[in-house]
Amino acid sequence: MPARDISVWSVVTICLKRMTRRLSSQWIGHKEGIAGMDPMAPPQARTSAMNSSGPASAKVRARSVNVFYGDKQALFDVSLDMPEQSVTALIGPSGCGKSTFLRCINRMNDNILSCRVTGAIEIDGQDINDRTIDPVLLRAQVGMVFQKANPFPKSIFENVAYGVRLHGLARSREELKEMVEASLRKAGLWDEVKDRLGVSGASLSGGQQQRLVIARAIAVNPDIILMDEPCSALDPIATAKIEELIDELRANYCIVIVTHSMAQAARVSQQTAFFHLGRLIETGPTEAIFTNPKDSRTQDYITGRFG
Amino acid sequence: MTEHTVRSFSQDLEELSADLARMGGLAEDMLSDALQAIASRDLALADSVVARDPQIDSLQVEIEKKILRLLALRQPLARDLRQTISALKIATELERIGDLGKSIAKRVKLVEGIGPAGALKGVARMGRLVTAQLKRVLDAYTAQETDAANKVWIRDEEVDEHYQSLFREVVTYMIEDPRTISACAHLLFVAKNLERIGDHCTNIAEEIHFLVTGEQIPVERPKVDALSSK
Repeated sequence: MPARDISVWSVVTICLKRMTRRLSSQWIGHKEGIAGMDPMAPPQARTSAMNSSGPASAKVRARSVNVFYGDKQALFDVSLDMPEQSVTALIGPSGCGKSTFLRCINRMNDNILSCRVTGAIEIDGQDINDRTIDPVLLRAQVGMVFQKANPFPKSIFENVAYGVRLHGLARSREELKEMVEASLRKAGLWDEVKDRLGVSGASLSGGQQQRLVIARAIAVNPDIILMDEPCSALDPIATAKIEELIDELRANYCIVIVTHSMAQAARVSQQTAFFHLGRLIETGPTEAIFTNPKDSRTQDYITGRFG
Repeated sequence: MTEHTVRSFSQDLEELSADLARMGGLAEDMLSDALQAIASRDLALADSVVARDPQIDSLQVEIEKKILRLLALRQPLARDLRQTISALKIATELERIGDLGKSIAKRVKLVEGIGPAGALKGVARMGRLVTAQLKRVLDAYTAQETDAANKVWIRDEEVDEHYQSLFREVVTYMIEDPRTISACAHLLFVAKNLERIGDHCTNIAEEIHFLVTGEQIPVERPKVDALSSK
């Protein structure tokens, strides 16, 4: 999948960009006089905390989003609210635009030259396509997990510590260690790796690698976690662990997951959105979508009737 | 609706509908034969109704097995899920209707001694109404017609009214001639069984409504309560 390759590469590019911007962003943070706030939170999170408009409101709000790849329109007028402390599942057949939509939420499509996005995507009321938003900082606030786990070719410890260092979130070696441990614990991996933090992340099993990259994503204190088919390469036990983890993380994050498994969408999400041919066909509480969908296309897709 | 991509899934669901139709046909025949047996005091026909009950019971067991298998192997969703669950419940309703038909047949030899001009006519009238209700609701299921199902649901009020007037009528016979009390009591059970079959028909109607629309029938049906009216 060329698009997926691009996205993996983009992570690498982001890391390089982050390295170069690390100092400047820290400095800007101090200059803006917000240094007195929680030093653990990345700058973007601080801004959003000030703009938050009540707990019941949508964390991410997409309004009339269109995406074009060159002349070809991939997404048509998509409007969707993704609430806080909740899992939103995006389902639909291949090529329906669900991954494209997911990638709009942390501006991953910026890295595709021919790609143009119109409409508004707001996080806590702030348009993420605003010129003042730094996509690198945005991607710390909006973490992403891919189909294939992509640990850095580094030790388990370094994989998690990397982003923390990059964003200057730890003030001492001790604090860094604590943050790495906390992230690995949150990702449900700590007990399995605590005695071998120095070994390469790539030596872990597929399911462990996936939890490692989730730990890496949550280490930089995101508000939102995007997951693009995070379990499609995992066996049922590893899948169950990731699903259990998603359910635990839900208490603290807004999670958006793309999945081809209807059963998985039904198990992990509270809201389900069905995409077809680039359009958002139907969205609603997961229970309603899977027992009584309103649109015949949703009905056909989830009952296995698309030819 | 279009076919499933996996065709054997569609076949499984069709098979389930066919089994239910067969079960419905059995229940319908048992009921009308039981009523015929009461009207004509045909003991042989009554015995044949009683003998048919195990068929309907084993069909229910078979349907339940198929549904269990379908849930485990196919994981039906949306309308398929509703169809599967409603089939499970309708099979239970039909099994109960079969039992009640059997119970009516068993009373044929116990209701002797009542003049056919009397209470039997009322039972026959109520029987025709309930038989028609059962037929209509089974047709509504086959056609997946929620309007037809709703009509059955509403018409149950008529069944209840019949039951009450029959109740009063039979009590009058008992007062007039105490020698008929035993037979009349059995006739009241027959009437009660018919009333219960009417209720099972409305339950099936509710299942059809749920299957087609995904929602419960919204309003409470006007209910004439035999105990509260004088």
